[in-house]
Amino acid sequence: MKPKAYMNPYLAGLFLGFVLLATIYITGRGLGASGGVKNAVMYGVEQTAPEHWENTEYYQDYEESNPGSPLNSFLFYEIIGVIIGAFISGVISNRIDLKFEKGPSITSKTRFFFAIMGGILFGFGSQLGRGCTSGSALSGMAIMSFGGIITMFAIFGGAYMLAYFFRGLWLNMGGK
Amino acid sequence: MAPLVPEFISPEFNLVIALIVGIGFGYALEQAGFSSSRKLVGLFYGYDFTVLKVFFTAGITAMTGVLVLGHLGLLNLQMLYINPTFLYSAIIGGLIMGAGFIMGGFCPGTSLCAAAVGRLDAMAFIGGSVVGILFFMEAFPLFEPIFVAEYMGALTFYEFLNISPELFGVILTVVALGAFYTTSKLEDHINNKKTEVPKDRKWAYTGIGVVPLLLIGLVWLTPSKKEYVRNLVNERAESGDFQLETMDIDELAFELVNHAHKYNLIDVRDTSAFRESIPTAINIPFNEIDSEAWTDLYKQPYKKNIFVGGSDEAVIKAGIMAKILGDEDPVILDASVPEFRNTIYSPEQPAADAPKHDKDVYRFRNSARMDLIRMEERLKNLRQPVKKEIKRVEGGCT
Repeated sequence: MKPKAYMNPYLAGLFLGFVLLATIYITGRGLGASGGVKNAVMYGVEQTAPEHWENTEYYQDYEESNPGSPLNSFLFYEIIGVIIGAFISGVISNRIDLKFEKGPSITSKTRFFFAIMGGILFGFGSQLGRGCTSGSALSGMAIMSFGGIITMFAIFGGAYMLAYFFRGLWLNMGGK
Repeated sequence: MAPLVPEFISPEFNLVIALIVGIGFGYALEQAGFSSSRKLVGLFYGYDFTVLKVFFTAGITAMTGVLVLGHLGLLNLQMLYINPTFLYSAIIGGLIMGAGFIMGGFCPGTSLCAAAVGRLDAMAFIGGSVVGILFFMEAFPLFEPIFVAEYMGALTFYEFLNISPELFGVILTVVALGAFYTTSKLEDHINNKKTEVPKDRKWAYTGIGVVPLLLIGLVWLTPSKKEYVRNLVNERAESGDFQLETMDIDELAFELVNHAHKYNLIDVRDTSAFRESIPTAINIPFNEIDSEAWTDLYKQPYKKNIFVGGSDEAVIKAGIMAKILGDEDPVILDASVPEFRNTIYSPEQPAADAPKHDKDVYRFRNSARMDLIRMEERLKNLRQPVKKEIKRVEGGCT
């Protein structure tokens, strides 16, 4: 079966905007993504290296302000929901498929390498910047947070500045 | 009044809410096409501006909603989590994320979506972000100085620009609409095609684009719920169109001595004037009367609220306001607090040949004085009730 067409971007944006607004209305906070991944990573550290967990100030500070298991957090449950929601959407629109998606000029290996590199940088940056595109930029825009909007400009600005150097990853370079 | 957490929804149930909004979030992102890395990075090469369209539409929609709900008094903006600004880490972290974006083709939220529909590159990206996050946490002391540098507080952009939130909302919306138009043209140019938008579609887009501007405009021009209540109070106070129960000095003294537990005595003067007040009184300065922190006090049916204060109109206005905010039977003292103190604490001794009534009043005031002084001694350390704290919700993505 052919995958269905994507939703009109403005309609999708409107829908997403209402999801965000509902979240703010109900919980007083916005959406997020990297924070949920972080909670999962913390859980891993706590389980596999309890001694190290006890002796590291960063984790102890976190535990002090967020008692209980690191998984017992809003964002962790939220990203579980994200995975479920995206899966449902994929099923509805026939987009479930185990595959690599890559630019036309690179091999899967290259794509794999840069996906990991990108993940490392984004994961690290989201911690330094106190939130990613969802938690800082999008939710920040909804409540007009200065830091959130600055981070948004930095993310997109940074990507634009580097786009030229990584064009080989995404564009048809005519070689093949 | 929203937000519903933690007043109406417990923090535990909040996790269920998290799961539900997460499903909506993931569904929206996947439907928009954010599970495709090539579609996402199209923004940076100009062949596909979907990300910008979805992102800005969502942001403007939510922002407009927040402004409107706040204006109508349905959402307490004081309680919303505003992520604090640490300027350096916001910029440097953002730039690093930008580099991750262009290399990896995802951001954390979209990578989860793409992994959910089976994209192997997204799973690799998530693996990478686990490493990146772990590295940050493990090496935190190294990054701490930059992490906490240039703290600017929970700052909003309109505060930074020193303009009203509405004006900022309008500017952001106009920028977004302009970006939608320009990028559509640019996309066509780069892809070497021409999208013909049918005329009725054009009108529909224009109409929808005007909606947020119209809503923010209305928020801007019409008085907010708070302003509305204050205007109403002033109007009623001026026209004398209010029915408030009143009490005179002796009545109040009598009630305090005999059944103080039946009343909340509320002194609406400034905190400095409040130092000399009436025993059992609590202090809610007049301009805090309509704070959400006190509405529960007005609405509770167990005790009558008595408003006292200076000789100005503030007491009457406070009574009217409490009534509007849900107090069924507010009472006001028909004299000022200093008058009360003068009358009760230093009663004038009547002449020997004064009528019996005057002598009785004197005797009553004298004994009331003793009781009130004793009461005041006892309550010295117990003057303020526990004020319901309006705390910001904890949030953020770190």
